[in-house]
Amino acid sequence: MLYGFATLLGCQLVGEAFVRALALPIPGPVIGMTLLASLMLARAPLPAGVGEVGDGLLKHLSLLFVPAGVGIVQQLGRVGSEGLRILLVVLVSTAVTLVVTAVVFAGVARLMGVAATEQATREGEP
Amino acid sequence: MSLVDLWVYLAGGPLLWLTTTLIAYVAADALFVAVGRRPLANPVLIAVTVVSVVLVVSGTPFPAYFAGAQFVHFLLGPATVALAVPLVRYLPQVRRLMVPMLVALVVGSVTAIVSAVLLARAVGLDATTVRALAPKSATAPIAMGTAEAVGADPALTAVLVILTGIAGAIMVTPLMNALGLKNFAARGFAAGLASHGIGTARAFQVDPLAGTFAGIALGLNGFLTAVLVPLLLPWLLG
Repeated sequence: MLYGFATLLGCQLVGEAFVRALALPIPGPVIGMTLLASLMLARAPLPAGVGEVGDGLLKHLSLLFVPAGVGIVQQLGRVGSEGLRILLVVLVSTAVTLVVTAVVFAGVARLMGVAATEQATREGEP
Repeated sequence: MSLVDLWVYLAGGPLLWLTTTLIAYVAADALFVAVGRRPLANPVLIAVTVVSVVLVVSGTPFPAYFAGAQFVHFLLGPATVALAVPLVRYLPQVRRLMVPMLVALVVGSVTAIVSAVLLARAVGLDATTVRALAPKSATAPIAMGTAEAVGADPALTAVLVILTGIAGAIMVTPLMNALGLKNFAARGFAAGLASHGIGTARAFQVDPLAGTFAGIALGLNGFLTAVLVPLLLPWLLG
């Protein structure tokens, strides 16, 4: 598990350094993810714990957003004056984006005839 | 030692707020499971509300809270790297769906930015708020960097990003069910694109394949938003 976590941090560190060096508009961890995926695909001799630690972190991904969300206590003035309108914009824009993205994805997949297996393997919704 | 002394001692270190964050989340998650994983009982929403109320009531400034909570916040980095694990696991499906993914990425990313800015202007929001809303669907670190590049307040953007994430996580399942959309790759991709990591967390709760596509969308849309917002914003505000 320790080796797995060190591998994740190592990939992130390389990603951060790469992004800084080239002044790219992408966060280091995204490059780190690409690096780890490449290493796994190349069957590099990675510690066995990487999968275990990765799954463990992703299982509780929601928790990691709590501190940034609590930042709302610094914006209470704006919430008072514009809160309802901001909420309306976020709700409508997010709903439109969800629907447009999913419908375009599923539509193009159907046109290409590649959607069948996903639909066949899954029923209902947990 | 009086209670006040104890409070002063504990409030000075990271332990108190780190523990508060974890306990609030564990309780929120237990409630979420207890009500049958209803989207409205979103654990991030509940935990953020509980912790915020505790901070306001106790008169604790945000930087004092964050000194403890930063250890949780820090794990966002390695968690993003960890998205490689399911990505490699589902690579055959990802390869097969490359074209639908890229088309949906471009259309979805433009929709997220344009709809947010136009709606914000239509309801007469302050110009600083309009700018801060533009990158709202990107993951927090990218959205904050983008906000800075277009002259918006990164701290405000961070809150709008979390709000968008919670909104997407709550709406995605009922919306997709109402549309009768059963392609879980498409559902997950939409969740990750529109509502970044919180949408991705929701997608993983529903289905591992959906979660994988959400993770890919999170990474791709983060990148595309950083490119598109500075290009589209002058035109949308003009």
